[in-house]
Amino acid sequence: MWRDAVLVARRDLRIELRSRVAISQVGPFAVLVLMLFAFALDPDRGVLDRATAGLYWVAVLFSGLLALGRSAAIDEADGVREGLRMSGLEPGGVFLGKAAAVAAQLLALEVLLGAGVVVLYDAEPAGPLLLVATCLAATAAVAGAGTLYGALVAGLRVRETMLPLLLLPALAPVLIGATRAFEAALDGVPADGWPWCGLLAAFAVLYSVAGALAYGALLEGQ
Amino acid sequence: MKPVVHLSAAVALLGRFPALAGIDLDVARGEIVLLRGPNGAGKTTLLRACAGLVPVVRGEAVVLGRDLRRHPRAIRRRVGLLGHVTGLHDDLTVGENVRFWGRAARTEPADVEAALALTGLDGRLRDVPVAELSAGQRRRTSLACLLARRPELWLLDEPHAGLDAGARDQLDALVVQAVGQGATVLMASHELDRAQALAHRVVDLVAGRTITPGATGAGADVGGADADRVDVEPADVGGADVGGADADRVDVEPADVGGADVSAAADRAPDLAGAPVPGAEPVPVPPVEPVPPAGRPGTEGAPSPASVATPDVEASPAAPGAEVSPVAAPGVEPSHVA
Repeated sequence: MWRDAVLVARRDLRIELRSRVAISQVGPFAVLVLMLFAFALDPDRGVLDRATAGLYWVAVLFSGLLALGRSAAIDEADGVREGLRMSGLEPGGVFLGKAAAVAAQLLALEVLLGAGVVVLYDAEPAGPLLLVATCLAATAAVAGAGTLYGALVAGLRVRETMLPLLLLPALAPVLIGATRAFEAALDGVPADGWPWCGLLAAFAVLYSVAGALAYGALLEGQ
Repeated sequence: MKPVVHLSAAVALLGRFPALAGIDLDVARGEIVLLRGPNGAGKTTLLRACAGLVPVVRGEAVVLGRDLRRHPRAIRRRVGLLGHVTGLHDDLTVGENVRFWGRAARTEPADVEAALALTGLDGRLRDVPVAELSAGQRRRTSLACLLARRPELWLLDEPHAGLDAGARDQLDALVVQAVGQGATVLMASHELDRAQALAHRVVDLVAGRTITPGATGAGADVGGADADRVDVEPADVGGADVGGADADRVDVEPADVGGADVSAAADRAPDLAGAPVPGAEPVPVPPVEPVPPAGRPGTEGAPSPASVATPDVEASPAAPGAEVSPVAAPGVEPSHVA
């Protein structure tokens, strides 16, 4: 299964690098969202300071939706999904590979947005260990849930609009947990953030296991 | 020897429509079997069912010794399907696509290289993104992906479509070569001249049923298959004159057949001309000339091209080019000429 996961992850990342969509569209979109928040809240810098963690994760989720949509679209191409069914690849491995490729893109996006909030919001990074752990756990949760829901809506003509409709409510706990953990880190009291980070990790494990188990049935059900 | 494909009264649904309505078919190892029939007859569905992509909901279905209804995934690993879709990633190069599908099937890198070389994609095209390929080149890349997987059962759906003459010859040679190495081929094609020359036998499908159930050569009682109508295209009968030069199609109603073999008519004109004359001395039909498979290890059970004829299809070899008329074949009366 792990071998299959590596194979699929490399394929997805190679396609993303080749298409340059992540670099030329998703990244700029994420920065644009941060800038719009800054413009909207600039008159009251206090609000912007207090909302930095939440705005950061909202920007990550919105931008991540684009990456998740792209990931699902790879298998919607000319008979690729059928090819995956015929390939002999373990469905669990396909799921983990796709989730890993999305996670890699999300991590790059989070680094970019992290730099963005430092520059645009004057945020001062603190509690680096908690920040990194939160990013890793939240990324795994978003990638796992997003890949699972992407397979769920695959084959639908309205999948581009259906994916955010289904996914965003499911990711509400991730948004809350990641925001609280980031606030704790930025406020200099990381101890308050670790329970939220634990919640994110549990969420990531839950969606990863559920996705690995359910992906085969979803693949067959198209 | 157990057949590679064994279907008995197999039923497959597309939605609620029975695309396969009780198929009977046996394909031995090393055979090349051509599925023939009009659009909507169930050829593609049959191929997809054998690949485990369309579930068989009733009847018996065994492919490569495994129950298709219980182990579709295990079967798929050993099956290659060349269908209407390519399964290619536009953003990856030809080489990357073939390597991905080859590695997915756990074949060796050497198999990937061999597949690229056999399809003539190991040169400049290897590093070209699929998005920049022509339709024929995409088809060749799909074929290379299939080759790289080294399947035991090849399922080819209109394999010649989109290929130029050279690539078609190349495909035919690859099929023969694969069969020589022990593979089995089941294909559907409307390019009958080429496909029939390649096939060891032909199976006709009408309305989701075989009208030549498991038989060699061709030939089964249409009436027994409950077929409403069998359409025989002039192209199917080797260019012979069927009821007049302007005839596009001869519709043979089972009721008119009276138990005689109509599918033989679909095979070639000489068969129709000489056919099923009650009491006539059976004379073997000269077989359709196939590309001879070179050595076929492990394929003892497969019928040779010479065994194409069956008692149902026997006709005089003296008839090539003869004008076909209802009079020539008592008991086989075309109901009308469209």
